[in-house]
Amino acid sequence: MKKIGAFLMSLLIAGSTIEAAQNRIQIKGSDTMVNLAQAWAEAFMAAHPDVALAVTGGGSGTGIASLINGTCDLAESSRSMKAEEIEQAKKKGRDPKEFVVALDALTVVVHPSNPVRQLTIEQLSDIFTGKITNWKSMGGPDHPIVALSRERNSGTHVYFLENVVRKGNEKGPEEYDPGILMMPSSQAIAEEVSKNPDAIGYFGLGYLTSQEKAIAVAKTPAGPFIEPTLETASKGIYPIARSLFFYTPGEPKGNVKAFIDFALSPQGQKIVQEMDFVPLK
Amino acid sequence: MKSSQLTTHNSRLKLSEFIIEKLILWSGIASIIFVILIFVFLLKEGASLFRTESTIHFISGKFWYPISTPPRFGILALLMGSLWVTLGAVLISVPLGLGSAIFIGEILPRGLRDYFKSGVELLAAIPSVVLGFVGLVTLVPFVKYLFNLRSGLTVLSGSIMLAFMAMPTIVSIIEDALNAVPKNYREGSLALGATRWQTIYRVVIPAASPGILAGVMLGVGRVIGETMAVMMLTGNAAILPKSFFDPARTMTATIAAEMGEAVQGSSHYSALFAIGIVLFLITFLVNLVADFFLHRRKL
Repeated sequence: MKKIGAFLMSLLIAGSTIEAAQNRIQIKGSDTMVNLAQAWAEAFMAAHPDVALAVTGGGSGTGIASLINGTCDLAESSRSMKAEEIEQAKKKGRDPKEFVVALDALTVVVHPSNPVRQLTIEQLSDIFTGKITNWKSMGGPDHPIVALSRERNSGTHVYFLENVVRKGNEKGPEEYDPGILMMPSSQAIAEEVSKNPDAIGYFGLGYLTSQEKAIAVAKTPAGPFIEPTLETASKGIYPIARSLFFYTPGEPKGNVKAFIDFALSPQGQKIVQEMDFVPLK
Repeated sequence: MKSSQLTTHNSRLKLSEFIIEKLILWSGIASIIFVILIFVFLLKEGASLFRTESTIHFISGKFWYPISTPPRFGILALLMGSLWVTLGAVLISVPLGLGSAIFIGEILPRGLRDYFKSGVELLAAIPSVVLGFVGLVTLVPFVKYLFNLRSGLTVLSGSIMLAFMAMPTIVSIIEDALNAVPKNYREGSLALGATRWQTIYRVVIPAASPGILAGVMLGVGRVIGETMAVMMLTGNAAILPKSFFDPARTMTATIAAEMGEAVQGSSHYSALFAIGIVLFLITFLVNLVADFFLHRRKL
């Protein structure tokens, strides 16, 4: 009798587990997007109490690697997947699907007291490759530049490398200078820039506060120098605006599809704007 | 009847003793097996890197660009980063730790010793990431200001926090070593007219030196394996540090920052495991030295 009871109990637990697994979505990836995805998840769960969404960060590279390794249902990324990554995923039986869910203005920041207010892509590249090491070269004080970068697992790191450090030539020879300080998160960059008058860093527009000053960026010395804002990114005139992505390991179904549809809906895009990212039109 | 009952009782007793002995034996063996399995796993995952990369280039290469095409896996900067931070932490924690242990073991009234020792050991209860965060917000700006540096994210900031993390290990073991010195050594010294301080540094410390060295080595092992705090405090710049005021990137921080994005089976994945092998070997050697000193004490 005890054995039968234990057996029934284990059946019940197993049943609950199966039921629970179908209603749980694991989301991993971009540090830039983790707050946005969390806000979406909270709104979605309020409307669908039976679904549990787990949102973690770790970086776009982590999200994409998790997708390839099969350890998440939805990967968020602030850069597009590489051909090699798609190939790796297919070898493991997954067919990644891409969804653009929002836009972002990649923001270059300095300390509010820094007199430098605008920089060209070329100048930014020279700073982050170590060719320019003093603020004096650009009309600032005679102080060494402290350049801050995201860690390599970050999509922002990769996007900035390809579009700024390598000046749009994705496979160019330029690398971040080894002496660049690598920060584990966008928040860590914000923390250091807000306290260090010699620092320069970059992160998504959503992390910008009054403690940092955004730099206006131009493609050429003649300008125009464009500030990163909702408006300039939305109109496509900010030189280093980018798409933010969701990736699924195949055609999305069920709750995953519902969540993506929610993110793309007017209600979801309103949340995008509230989080200081750029909604899709 | 009495004889048969006694026999039955003896049989049960022997059986239970046999079982308990075997359980204890296999528990001990299991620990060793787990360590061996960990090492085999590291070797299996990491060794595949050396089919395409030379071991010499891996260890002596100055550039760590794992996501470039082609990738460059050189860990000299990471190795030196770890060694600098460890050196700094040792220079800070050993004098403090030794002083604390002497105070607790030799100076404090006996009734207070347990409380102080527990207090020091409580330092071990503070999570690494909390120390890292506190250090990031308070220590880093302070170091920048105090030494007029371009950034407070330096080897020194990492070393200071790691010194605090190593303290419980160092103080606890050294204090035990001091306690293990026979009381009659002290009494003999005092009887010959030595002062209390002379007794401590000329008699007790030399007698306890194997244990002191063991404590230091275990503290070193603790520091070199530390991950979260150094990732948050040292700036993670993959350069060869030239001083304590330079930023650095440690082997542990590199693994923690990059393992999440390395796809299983990729060369980046193997490279991170290869770093794990290097770390394992270093901490293994450190613990071996500590063990040697601990056992030398018996002679």
